[in-house]
Amino acid sequence: MAIREGVFSVIISCFKRHGAVSISTPVFELKETLLGKYGEDQKLIYDLADQGGELLSLRYDLTVPFARYVAMNKIKTIKRYHIDRVYRRDQPRMTLGRYREFYQCDFDIAGEYDPMIPDAECVRIVYEILSQLDLGSFIIKVNHRNVLDGMFEACGVPPEKFRSICSSVDKLDKTEWEEVKKEMVEGKGLEEAVADKIGEYVKLSGHFELLEKLMSDMGLTAVASARAGLEDMKLLLHYCELFGVLDKVSFDLSLARGLDYYTGVIYEAILTGDATMKDGEVPAVGSVAGGGRYDGLVGMFDPKGQHVPCVGVSIGIERVFSILESRAKEAGGKGIRTVETQVMVASGQKNLLEQRMKVCTLLWNAGIKTEMLYKRNPKLLNQFQYSEREGVPLLVIVGEEETVKGGVKIRDTHTREEDFVEMAALVPELNKRLAECQHSERV
Amino acid sequence: MAVALALRRRFRAVTVIKEEVAKLLELKKLVDDGKSSGQFVLKCPKGTRDYDPFQMAIREKVFSVITSCFKRHGAVAISTPAFELKETLLGKYGEDQKLIYDLADQGGELLSLRYDLTVPFARHVAMNNIKTMKRYHIDRVYRRDQPRMTLGRYREFYQCDFDIAGEYDPMIPDAECVRIVFEILSQLDLGSFVIKVNHRKLLDGMFEACGVPPEKFRSICSAVDKLDKAEWEEVKKEMVEEKGLEEVAAGRIGEYVKLNGRLELLERLTSDERLTAVPSSVAGLEDMKLLLQYCKLFGVLDKVSFDLSLARGLDYYTGVIYEAVLTGDPSKGKEGGVPAVGSVAGGGRYDGLVGMFNSQG
Repeated sequence: MAIREGVFSVIISCFKRHGAVSISTPVFELKETLLGKYGEDQKLIYDLADQGGELLSLRYDLTVPFARYVAMNKIKTIKRYHIDRVYRRDQPRMTLGRYREFYQCDFDIAGEYDPMIPDAECVRIVYEILSQLDLGSFIIKVNHRNVLDGMFEACGVPPEKFRSICSSVDKLDKTEWEEVKKEMVEGKGLEEAVADKIGEYVKLSGHFELLEKLMSDMGLTAVASARAGLEDMKLLLHYCELFGVLDKVSFDLSLARGLDYYTGVIYEAILTGDATMKDGEVPAVGSVAGGGRYDGLVGMFDPKGQHVPCVGVSIGIERVFSILESRAKEAGGKGIRTVETQVMVASGQKNLLEQRMKVCTLLWNAGIKTEMLYKRNPKLLNQFQYSEREGVPLLVIVGEEETVKGGVKIRDTHTREEDFVEMAALVPELNKRLAECQHSERV
Repeated sequence: MAVALALRRRFRAVTVIKEEVAKLLELKKLVDDGKSSGQFVLKCPKGTRDYDPFQMAIREKVFSVITSCFKRHGAVAISTPAFELKETLLGKYGEDQKLIYDLADQGGELLSLRYDLTVPFARHVAMNNIKTMKRYHIDRVYRRDQPRMTLGRYREFYQCDFDIAGEYDPMIPDAECVRIVFEILSQLDLGSFVIKVNHRKLLDGMFEACGVPPEKFRSICSAVDKLDKAEWEEVKKEMVEEKGLEEVAAGRIGEYVKLNGRLELLERLTSDERLTAVPSSVAGLEDMKLLLQYCKLFGVLDKVSFDLSLARGLDYYTGVIYEAVLTGDPSKGKEGGVPAVGSVAGGGRYDGLVGMFNSQG
């Protein structure tokens, strides 16, 4: 939880830095709200039992609820983030961070805007978050639905096979080309020659030079939607350069995203460092963010209402948690405190419970994070050990002698030095020392 | 293994806090509720709602105050899944069992959405063989209740729980819970409030001393629980006519439940011979004496009211019980009822809940 809190804090700061508001939606939706939105993944949705009321299902993602919210409230523009758990009856792979209940952090921009500006801001946001989370090197792959479709058309894929071939291409992040080609030809009935042509394209990645190459590819540019897609990509790369993130971006023709509702740019961020995954799988396991443009989803909820184009990105934080948790464990759990207690109020002599309580009250009133043991007459050693174990930096020790003198002792957990201080000076002295601690303390 | 008993404390803040503040906006939303123009009924499930950015901003502030307070007292945070195995939740909620949302049988384990955060906590403690833990947990829970949106009663709502598990010297953690409620309600700036305290053993002792037959204790207790919403005459009528209590006994109860105060009330009860003839009253009174003393040391006694009419609904309370109510502007309660609508926190001591999860009890 302590790790999780740190990660959320970085992510939320970033969303806020870019002016997003937050909303929240219920954990379940009307079953019909979720119907027909997820293609084959429909079967992974958790339904609630029919208990005589409305038929409900647990949300599968945060995007469809968002579209429902926008349509329901007739919203024209909104830039929102939403961090919450979603539910999928998948085959759980706990070691890979794939659970049936897991967090998503979504950032979406809804509204009619000039092309690619919000799309580029999404890339910038992914860049900021992954940089700040300190996960090592990463790249943000980008591609475009229209370019993909144009590519298929140019290669000779029959239109009715587009989505099916697209989901094969999607497997390239986990599987080698030969296997994927085999699936296309044998599993999906594609002509081998066509598959080979696809193979020539999907191995390409780059920046402007790739864009140049594609724009002079007659086969591709014969398709109008592909040309439009390339225009979009040109703007995107240009804006990414202006946003200072181009060196982390890769225009990658093998990127295809699973969900049907993407209509424009698509992204996927992967870690390229030593993201040591137990199964030794290919970098797809290092995939930590994904998203794209989806212009038709809100309209599905309100055909008579407005068309509200959307673009967004989702951070795969469960994978981030896994990585950070294993890193913390390797480091022996150092630097991660589970409690934030700053002062332990202690005593070694008997019958000082009252004094301890009074001191706690004084410190709580001053906003200092304070604990005492729930024993009338605790042993001093236990209190010292607790402080050391939990990383509590200071102790206030109440004693008979000190009480007579009108004060208490402050003990530094780390140095073990003890100093007498008068009651009136206690809070200021503690605050001073705690401020000093924070400077030298590593989180 | 053999964790004999776990002492537990409970603090719960109901979402009514947030509702008081955002009430008008809520009502507006209800009026403008999704008018569908197509195949879909564009709405949230019954008894649930979205939080818009305005509400989220308020919510964030409130959580921030509450979380800071929990952390100031050295609590760790844990989190549990939104659903539990159905069997984990069975037999824990008495009659409220029927309000639990089940998941459909889709060929795997049978699951239910959590009804509160306390049973999952007990499951967590038992499952991990934890002996002591001071934890907070803020998350949503699910109840297929009759929703009363204007009163802030939803089917999906937040609970903010603070619990201390472990064997400790008596009443110290209990008093800290009162202190925590005090800090949170003060900082949330909701106006004046009072934290009522009472004790299950004292209630039971009081019933015995008044001549209530033991098998009627729980039933009479839940009648007393209604005193925050109903007048004594009504409650007495229910006790006598519906629950078959002798009128004399009911009359005696009436003499007690109108009492509240602090150390002077404690004095009075401690010298009440009829009451102290019953051992469980004596035990309850001793606990209450310590509690009030510690509350004084924690600087909160002036907000505390030792109130003999306080009885809490759930069966699993075994010791001290608390309930915090707002006492400010009475016009806040739409029904024009007594301050219960201003109830913003509640809890108490539980023994034995964790034990229910250990095979050895």
